[in-house]
Order: sequence, then C-alpha cells, then structure tokens
Amino acid sequence: MRERRPGVYSPVILRPVACYLPRARMRGMNETNETQKASAPIVSGGRADPANPRPLVELAHVDKHYGRLHVLKDINLQVCQGEVLVVVGPSGSGKSTMCRTINRLESIDSGVIRIDGELLPQEGKDLARLRAEVGMVFQSFNLFANKTILDNVTLAPIKVRHMPRKDAEDLAMDLLARVGVESQAQKMPSQLSGGQQQRVAIARALAMKPKIMLFDEPTSALDPEMVNEVLDVMVELAQEGMTMICVTHEMGFARKAADRIVFMADGQILEEGRPDEFFDHPKSGRAKEFLSKILTH
Amino acid sequence: MSAVLQLFREYDIPGAFLVNIELTLWAALFSLVLGVILVVMRIAPVSSMRLVASVYVEFFQNMPLTIIMVFMVLGAFAQLKLSFSDVFAANFFWLAVIGLSLYTAAFVCESLRSGINTVPLGQAEAARALGLSFTQSAGQIILPQAFRGSVAPLGNTFIALLKNSTVAAAASVATESSSLMSEMIEFHANSIVAIFLIFALGYVILVLPIGALTTFLSNKLAVRR
Repeated sequence: MRERRPGVYSPVILRPVACYLPRARMRGMNETNETQKASAPIVSGGRADPANPRPLVELAHVDKHYGRLHVLKDINLQVCQGEVLVVVGPSGSGKSTMCRTINRLESIDSGVIRIDGELLPQEGKDLARLRAEVGMVFQSFNLFANKTILDNVTLAPIKVRHMPRKDAEDLAMDLLARVGVESQAQKMPSQLSGGQQQRVAIARALAMKPKIMLFDEPTSALDPEMVNEVLDVMVELAQEGMTMICVTHEMGFARKAADRIVFMADGQILEEGRPDEFFDHPKSGRAKEFLSKILTH
Repeated sequence: MSAVLQLFREYDIPGAFLVNIELTLWAALFSLVLGVILVVMRIAPVSSMRLVASVYVEFFQNMPLTIIMVFMVLGAFAQLKLSFSDVFAANFFWLAVIGLSLYTAAFVCESLRSGINTVPLGQAEAARALGLSFTQSAGQIILPQAFRGSVAPLGNTFIALLKNSTVAAAASVATESSSLMSEMIEFHANSIVAIFLIFALGYVILVLPIGALTTFLSNKLAVRR
C-alpha cells in the first residue's frame, strides 16, 4: 500500500457533498433549499445526529488494477448512517468491484477503506469479524446449495455470533416471514424461484444484524416478473433506515429509494447527487449518454 | 473344472482376496483423512500450506507405488526401525497400509480438488461475506459440496487403490492375492490360464459393484443448483 501523508488527502476526504440527508427527510424541504444543500458541506444522514455526521463507510483514494486494467481510479466516497446510496453506470465501469472492495471480497492496491471508523483489516479473524457487520447480497444469490433455506439463514448467527440454535431459528423465521418466504423454510435453495432465493439471501444477510447492506446487482439475474418482489423488500429496508449501498440498473428503484446516486464510468466516480438532480439534470456528458440509453427503452 | 476345484481346495483363494480387501479398507480410511487435510491445505489462504500440500501431491503422484512399498520395508522398517508389530506378517501388513495410504492420499486430494472446482466461487464468497472463517466455510459449505461433486473421481481412486493393493507383495505381504497367484503358478504351471482367470475374475467381481455404487451415489448425491 502506498504511504500517504494525512495532509495530502484530508482536504479531499472532507470535501463537500460527502453525505446527503435521506430522502424521507428531504421531502419537506423546498426546491431552493435543496439546491443549496447539494453544494453545502457534509450533512449527516439517517438516525444519526445531524450536527455530528458519522460516516459508516469511507473510501479514500482507492485504486485497483486487474493486471494492466485500471478498474478503480482514486475512488473517494462516504456513506453515512441511514443513507441509501445507489451506484449506477455502464457495465465494466467498476461499480461492482467497488462494492466488493467494501467487505474485501476484492483487495485494493492502494487507498484506505474504513467501516464505521475502523480500518478494513487485511486478513484473518479481524476481517471475518468486520465482514459479519457488513451484509452482502449477490447478483447470483449464492445461497448455500447443501443447506435448507432455514439453515442458510441460521448458519452464520450460530457459527459466527454463537447464538443458540433455537434463538437463531426464531430470528430466521421472523426474517423469512418479513421477506415472505417462511413457507419455504424446509426446502432446498434449488427448489425456489430466483426471486424467492434472492429474498432469502437478503434475510440471510439481515440475520447478522449488519450495520450496512451491500447489494451487488441483486435483480440482474432475475426474470422480469420477479424483480419487483425483491425491490419491494429493498425499498422497505431503505425506509426502515438501513444503511445501503446498491449497485443496480433499476432506475425506478434508484429514484424511489436512493438518498444519493453515484454515477461511475471507467473506474471513476464521475458524478454524484440526489436522484431528481441526477436523473433530470445530469451534469457530465457520460451520464447524459448513459441515461439517454437506459431511460428511453 | 475339477482342476479349478482342486486349486480352491488346496489354496485359500478367498482368504487372499480378503487380505487385499483389508488393505484397501484401511488404506481408504487413512488416505481419505490425509487427502482431506491435504486438500484443505491446498485451498488454504496461507501460501506455505498450499506449497507443502502441492509438493506432497506432486511427489507421491509421480512416484511409482512399488518404490514406495519397497521403501516402506527396506527404508522405513529396516533402516528407520519403524515397526508396528512383533509379528512379521502383521508388521508388513501395516507398513503396506501406510505405503498405500501415503500414495493414495495424493490422488484423493486431487479428486476432492476436482470436486471443489465444481463448487461455484460465489458459495465461498457468500460464506466469507457472512463472516465465517476459512475453516468454517471449508467445513460447512465447500467440502460438503465438494464431496458430493467428487464421488465419481473418488470412486475411481478407490478402485485403483483396490487394484494397487496387489503391490503390497513388494512390501512382503505374502498372503495377498497376487503373491498367492505367483505361488500357485509356481506349483501348478500346467493350469496357468485357469489360475490367471480365477484372479482376474476375482478382481472384476470386486470392482464392478464399486463402480456401480459410485455411479449410483454420484447421481443421488449430486448438488442441485
């Protein structure tokens, strides 16, 4: 990892538009206030104290290469407690990779990633402990194929949190009921539809009571009629104040649930702003081009 | 026909096969344990463990079994004084089991590794993302699926082990089938074809059910995705 003196990057970390108020809070504001807020310095989010912003996730000068391909170029990002961040961009723009660096499923070449103020450890027990705090939902569900739905959800609470089996099963059934698949608890993952599997995957992540949830294109592998059942669960989570980072192509969801949109292309964050701002008045040419391609079909 | 019956009366042919079966079962047990340890080392996040395991596998996979067996008797026993029993026959039996186990473990490891390759990467990622440690995700998620995906190659490994158990003759296990066959041919050279067929058929009868069982299990246990 490259050494960086604090003085070199601290002004950049503390740059404006780091965090936005969650959408729920903004609805009461009038238009002029909102535009002012866009360029105003750090505003806290969610249930956190507005005067004392607490970034749950912090990426500073993150760089990553795949061989000669520079996939992440100097990524700087802060996500505050309760904030719902949606990452959009053309495929190959590095948005999934960025999402996966946050719980170190992808390593980074240089830069700093902090979760709730704590530096992301390199390996071993510390990393496992931190990962337990970060829920992740994958594009391909990745339910454990050798375990029942119930066991999928109870495994980590029992093995990692050392929760008694009975408590873990109660918790799991609650969560499965919440995502509407409690009747499938004894089945194997392959017996469920894609939408059901993805909702189980969300329940599995929630069972660890994570501080933050990462969604890596959660609806991209689903049949069209199953997309909404998963998005509904995500919108519900967002409304409950869960801190979320969602990589997605679902622009309707982005408009409805996001507090802030980050637009990535070619491994860089080109633009960030509130959903209405981004969708209605994109600033960069790449964002305009991207939106014109996806919003017209 | 009467000559064949005469041979069966004169020699304990089923007993000789039984020695091979015993050799196979013990070696299967030990090589399975060692093979699992090796394959876990091969996928471990610690590079030195991966190195040790792959050196082991390369070494034993590329070493003729006969040399390992001869080493067990002349090296491990005669030189290094490794001894399991004061009874000569029992001692050589266990030396042969150890030799077979060391050799077969390398193949068990590679069979299991082919099974691990059938487990999608996402399974391990999901386990890690939930905060499971390497040993927890290996024990709970990866290996159970890998076993079910490697039934066929494991079955083939154990079929090879049964046939390889005849090499125990090189470790002076005089009661096993190929030793008995040589002895019978020595004294009944006129029935050489009959003797040869008895042992050939004996192995076919032993191996066929293992093959059938393997096919059955690999379909029944296949992981549905």
